[in-house]
Amino acid sequence: MHTPRTRRPRTRAMLTAALTTVALIASACSGTADDDAAPADQTTAAAGEPQAIVSLAPTTTEMLYAVGAGEQVVAVDERSDYPEEAPVTELSGYTPNLEAILGYAPDLVVLSDDSGDIVDGLERSGVEVLQLPAAQTLDDTYAQLEQVGAATGHIGEAAELVSRMRGEIDDIVASVPERETPLSYFHELDDTYYTVTDATYIGEVYSLLGLTSIATGDDTYPQLSEELILEADPDVVFLADGQCCGVTPETVAQRPGWDGLTAVREDRVHMVDEDLSSRWGPRVVDFMREVAAIVGQIPVNQPAP
Amino acid sequence: MTRPSPRHALVLGGATLLLAVAVLLGTLIGPAGLTPGGVVLELVDRLPLVDVDSGFTARQQVILWEIRIPRVVLGAIVGAMLAIAGATYQGVFRNPLADPYLLGVSSGAGLGATLAIVVGGAMGSAMVPPAAFAGGMIAVLATYTLGRSVGGGRSEVVIILAGVAVAAFASAVQTFFMQRHDDTLRQVYSWMLGRVSTSGWTDVRTVLPYVIVSVAVMALFRRTLDVMAVGDAEAATLGIAPARVRLVLISVATLGTAAVVSVSGLIGFVGIVIPHAVRMLIGPGHRLLLPVSLLTGAAFLILADVVARTATSPAELPIGVVTAAIGAPFFLIVLRRSRGHI
Repeated sequence: MHTPRTRRPRTRAMLTAALTTVALIASACSGTADDDAAPADQTTAAAGEPQAIVSLAPTTTEMLYAVGAGEQVVAVDERSDYPEEAPVTELSGYTPNLEAILGYAPDLVVLSDDSGDIVDGLERSGVEVLQLPAAQTLDDTYAQLEQVGAATGHIGEAAELVSRMRGEIDDIVASVPERETPLSYFHELDDTYYTVTDATYIGEVYSLLGLTSIATGDDTYPQLSEELILEADPDVVFLADGQCCGVTPETVAQRPGWDGLTAVREDRVHMVDEDLSSRWGPRVVDFMREVAAIVGQIPVNQPAP
Repeated sequence: MTRPSPRHALVLGGATLLLAVAVLLGTLIGPAGLTPGGVVLELVDRLPLVDVDSGFTARQQVILWEIRIPRVVLGAIVGAMLAIAGATYQGVFRNPLADPYLLGVSSGAGLGATLAIVVGGAMGSAMVPPAAFAGGMIAVLATYTLGRSVGGGRSEVVIILAGVAVAAFASAVQTFFMQRHDDTLRQVYSWMLGRVSTSGWTDVRTVLPYVIVSVAVMALFRRTLDVMAVGDAEAATLGIAPARVRLVLISVATLGTAAVVSVSGLIGFVGIVIPHAVRMLIGPGHRLLLPVSLLTGAAFLILADVVARTATSPAELPIGVVTAAIGAPFFLIVLRRSRGHI
């Protein structure tokens, strides 16, 4: 479209190239549903670093702090509970209130979902918006961290963080024993047996660690029949509903018929951190470490049940 | 007393046959690959003095006896209760549109369940059934009190309107709490769409006493409902106290409904569609309407649950989605065909 300006200083040109790449990744990641939305592109314009950032989702809050933009954050939504120093407010990310957000005089708002057309309202009020939809893959997470770094003036730190994460994840993956057939797992999202397939973010994480979900099909967050769970007889059960629903390995063993499951008999029902396993931010590494420790304890030469 | 006519026997026999077919299908069909032949052999094996080998593994036996069959039984109980309660409400209010939803029972139970999930924290799940039960009872009490205090002479219409108001209020409060605690949304949502059992025989044992008491009382009053259908004054001349009968029947119907709703979540349309369909086929007499609604409601919910657990296998559809998808269009057809009779 534009003729390249050749006289521009070299560093500036490289920065622009980097930002353009990030923006391209961003728009590629933002999904097919709303290609025209991609408001992330504009935030990368180097108009000075934002000094008053509001974050409306736990994952985006964690990302901001992880890339070193924590000091610029003036307010985060009620559900952001990490890191501890984050200035938690009553702001809701689920039903965001434009006036309440503007009350913090932000120059950048980072959010995940555009609930109630909040992005439009913010942009009309002249506030930069960085929308980071739920990551579908680890690569999305890396790209989003780089976007956050670019939008907040921490490009170098973001790049460093991403390469450190990649390294750590490689190490964790390498630490897991290789198996001829992957272990099957049931990741319990709540006590009505909603779960994940391999085609989800968390499914990808489990896959990297040599696990495969008992759930399949087009619906990536299906509610499974109990019959099916018992028939599939998963090798491992991960409970991500300890906090919400009070489910523990003991209550699982008491469910009718569940005491016959391999995972129950072999003590392979494990509680996992609900937050770590449902956010797509920098702490995914911690979650992988947690799962790798569990998987590492399961003997490789398991006779087929 | 009236003697049982051949027609009665025929209708009751037909409805029983329908239920038997539903039970059989519900037992044979499921997402786990249990062979129908094996299931039949398993059932035969349980008969006294018979010993056959179904070839099922221990796990397959567990799936059949601890998961699928309790689910069929609970489905039957819930469907039967919702249908007979619907028929009774409609008789009591002389209004074919009366059902647990319109009287606020379901919304009250929904609010109770939501509060348990939102406020209860880790204990929330265990508190859902009693909280739903309490919520349903309080809501219908509020409906009845409001209806009586504002109602005056036309109390049966006013009570339904009061029910709509109570239901709307309960829903609003529920929405308020759900928005304040959006992390529990899926849990509340999943309860609201209904499901039949994830706890084997426990739920069956929990609801059965309430349902038996409730159904027994409704059965006792089936002739009284026929008399009241003519009018309160006529009923009074026959020595019936309409206000008292109404209170008793509303109480037991609500008790039973609240009990089943507390374990199965909100399952709509059974209470309104089944009695309507039955009335179209056999007429409005309650002596036949109540038992046939009971049997047909049980069969309907078992079949709806078969669809729920197989249509999108391995995923499961919420049963409320199935009953609404079948019930709503069916309801419109019924309304169209019965124009002028309502």
